[in-house]
Amino acid sequence: MRWLRKNLIPIIGILVLIYLFVPIAVVAILSFNKPEGKFNVAWNQFSLEAWQNICGVPGVCGSFVTSMQIGLIATLVGTIFGTMIAFALVRYRFRGRSTTNLLIFLPMATPEVVLGSSLLALFLNLAFPLGFWTVTIAHIMFIISFVVVTVKARLQGMDPRLEEAARDLYAGPRATFRYVTFPLVLPGILGAALLGFALSFDDYIISAFNAGTLVTFPIYIWGAAQRGIPVQVNALATLVFVIALITVVSVQVVGSRRRRKLESTVSS
Amino acid sequence: MAATDGVQDLQLVNLVKAFGDFVAVDDLTLTIPAGSFFALLGPSGCGKTTTLRMVAGLEDPTSGQILLGASDITNEKPYKRHVNTVFQSYALFPHLDIFENVAFGLRRRGIKDVAGPVNAMLELVELGPLARRKPAQLSGGQQQRVAVARALINQPGVLLLDEPLGALDLKLRRQMQIELKRIQTEVGTTFVHVTHDQEEAMTMADTVAVMNKGRIEQMGAPIEIYELPRTVFVANFLGQSNIVTGSVSGRSGEDIVVSAYGASFTIPINRSTRQDGEIVVGVRPEKLSIAPAGSAVPDRSNRVTGKITDASFTGVSTQYLAMTAWGDEWMVFEQNRSADILRPGDEVVMHWAPAHTFGLDVPPEA
Amino acid sequence: MPALAPTSGGSSGVVISGAAAQRRPRTAYLLLIPGLAWLAIFFVVPLISLFFTSLQAPTGKSGVYQPAFEVSNYLVAIQEYWPTFVKSFIYSGTATVLALIIAYPLAYFIAFRAGKWRALLLVLVVAPFFASFLLRTYAWRTILADEGFITSFLNALHLLPQGRILNTPIAVVLGLTYNFLPFMILPLYAALERIDPRLVEAAGDLYASPFTGFRKVIWPLSLPGVVAGTLLTFIPASGDYINATLLGAPSDRMVGNAIQTNFLQFRDYPIASALSFILMAIILAVVFVYIRRAGTEDLV
Repeated sequence: MRWLRKNLIPIIGILVLIYLFVPIAVVAILSFNKPEGKFNVAWNQFSLEAWQNICGVPGVCGSFVTSMQIGLIATLVGTIFGTMIAFALVRYRFRGRSTTNLLIFLPMATPEVVLGSSLLALFLNLAFPLGFWTVTIAHIMFIISFVVVTVKARLQGMDPRLEEAARDLYAGPRATFRYVTFPLVLPGILGAALLGFALSFDDYIISAFNAGTLVTFPIYIWGAAQRGIPVQVNALATLVFVIALITVVSVQVVGSRRRRKLESTVSS
Repeated sequence: MAATDGVQDLQLVNLVKAFGDFVAVDDLTLTIPAGSFFALLGPSGCGKTTTLRMVAGLEDPTSGQILLGASDITNEKPYKRHVNTVFQSYALFPHLDIFENVAFGLRRRGIKDVAGPVNAMLELVELGPLARRKPAQLSGGQQQRVAVARALINQPGVLLLDEPLGALDLKLRRQMQIELKRIQTEVGTTFVHVTHDQEEAMTMADTVAVMNKGRIEQMGAPIEIYELPRTVFVANFLGQSNIVTGSVSGRSGEDIVVSAYGASFTIPINRSTRQDGEIVVGVRPEKLSIAPAGSAVPDRSNRVTGKITDASFTGVSTQYLAMTAWGDEWMVFEQNRSADILRPGDEVVMHWAPAHTFGLDVPPEA
Repeated sequence: MPALAPTSGGSSGVVISGAAAQRRPRTAYLLLIPGLAWLAIFFVVPLISLFFTSLQAPTGKSGVYQPAFEVSNYLVAIQEYWPTFVKSFIYSGTATVLALIIAYPLAYFIAFRAGKWRALLLVLVVAPFFASFLLRTYAWRTILADEGFITSFLNALHLLPQGRILNTPIAVVLGLTYNFLPFMILPLYAALERIDPRLVEAAGDLYASPFTGFRKVIWPLSLPGVVAGTLLTFIPASGDYINATLLGAPSDRMVGNAIQTNFLQFRDYPIASALSFILMAIILAVVFVYIRRAGTEDLV
């Protein structure tokens, strides 16, 4: 009983984590399912069919590729623009700082329905054709805000003395940026880019409003939800998840293992 | 490593730094001779770090000049100046290993073959085997040495040290003080060391400048400024002093006579900043001899009577606090040579040789 | 501490050191323009455009409207949809509170008790971002299925008023809570992580019980995280329509559904736009009052 009380927090913590992962597990498990009817909601029998024939259903892989393409372009542009703004905010003085902050903050405070529908209204009014580029434009828009917040935090956490030391050691402004500032900020930028890509790849609402006839992966899933989601979708989603998870975990593990090995050989 | 060529005098001429209404550095003029170990000593906020940063180029002076040898470097960018800094927090580049940290300045100056100089410098600071570690894996003392190596390898005209030993524990600090002094003697570069620790300044430096509120109060060799402070601030900041305010009542040969609270004090003229009017009489606690009231006291010595309020036995010495007739507590450091221990409540007489007295101007504010 | 020259600081506590502060603002503007222009064109302008659309009047042709000043659109929207608004905010509000209750222990655990597992646990918290949220929400249909284990179990205990979880508001709220949980955990963790654990020890030394220590020390210090987390949950939840569609009955539709249907199905752009603005206005009002009460400024 006492053990329970002392470990209450860890137990609840683990339970919450399990709660977070149960649906993901269900998605993964159902990717090995051969559903009875069209709807893959209940376990029927084990089958590797979806994995072996992952592009078997028309449109699945096409939409997947489309989402990848949009994700890469939007992440690239959004990260560059967002990083530039973060640098301006942290390293320079200029008038209009509060307006800038407001402009960055508002998209994050606006519900996706409003973001998506207002953009649609703009494109309709301009008679701009809906499709790949309208979706990409929309994604760049919301990625910028997230990148600014992430990179800004990273920049502010950086010791300003390091840049002073670089200048003291004969590094001009460009050299200081290249050899000191940029390498130290890079992890933050990469993290922001990863977040941006995840947000873009998984975006439904804003994309749905602005895609026209284009089918992204989430749009495909939504459309299929009425008719029955093909098992291949589960397989693809599980694949993406596993690859992403392994990448992030291994970066962490490699980093900390290297750190620990070197620390243990430090003499005092 | 041979003495570096390019070591030159550093001159600050009427240097001023103001932040709005606040004047951090107030018309500073001083010359730091080439090859010396120079300490800028003062309390927090006195302007010493600001001065250092101006020499490094990290702060722009409001007015004045900085000259390194014959060249005016006042408006030169920090990356153009042949001056390097050891930062208080070391500011080692966390993403580079020790080798690359030390090589940084050389690389930026376009030098290709860095291995030779870097390894030699790492040997000098005794960090050779750790060349491929990252700063986070080093102890505080080791990081400090890397910071010194990184700056020194560029053979600057002047090496600036911004309280480099502040983060180290006592034992390590003592060690590093000796280390730095050794390196400076061996390499021959001018060191400008900023610190608030007066013991550190006096131990390491050839010349100490005491700064207060943006100005230099007094400058000179440690023993000089210690034994003969020229302002009340220096008397109290550097070591401890017992002081009393009085007025000059006359002369006696080479001395002036001061009367304060009914007592008379003799001060050699060359140890006093003034010869008339209101004057502060001072003496260091270790120069005082203490004896029970009524004891015989050498002729011609200055004396003050009091009553002991505290006696702290510290092993080597005993530290006494005695309340004087005019309400101040005076401090006496007495080496424990005799078995006599005086106790709180005892009436005593404190006496000292006039040659140990100093006379100072009364400071402006009360 | 040495005499650190007072550095010329910008707003929001940002310190810009000596020489950099004198850099020409021109560079700053060059850096700002691409991103800000993008946001101006593709965020601000659309909103303005949406506003004008909300005031448009019908022309008789379906889906075609003309510029006007029909403020009555707003009145119509409110009249017809106010129950939906109320429902939406009840759902999102409940989900936010639930998310806070669920997320806080986990965030606390990671911040104070996790030790060397901290990095790994944080990765696990962020991991759901890499799994399709549509599929995850859809998975709840499997988990909460009428014939499923959980529903049957709760039914046996007679805890379900409608005999099922799916297609009821309960499922919608559960879905909303689940979807936005990471958005609640991360800011909470960030705030808790900054708290010095020795403060709790100090409280204990001063006769506070563990619960009082939490109430008087940790909770108040974690408030910035609570504010950030609740806002990051409440705002998107209020406008969501995925959960309502996938997990709820037609009677559980939220404002998001209404906006979407009006926009894409009825093509009643003025009403859809009016609904959007009413939603935004309410959200901004809530945010404003909430921040004022909680007293935190720097959100970005």
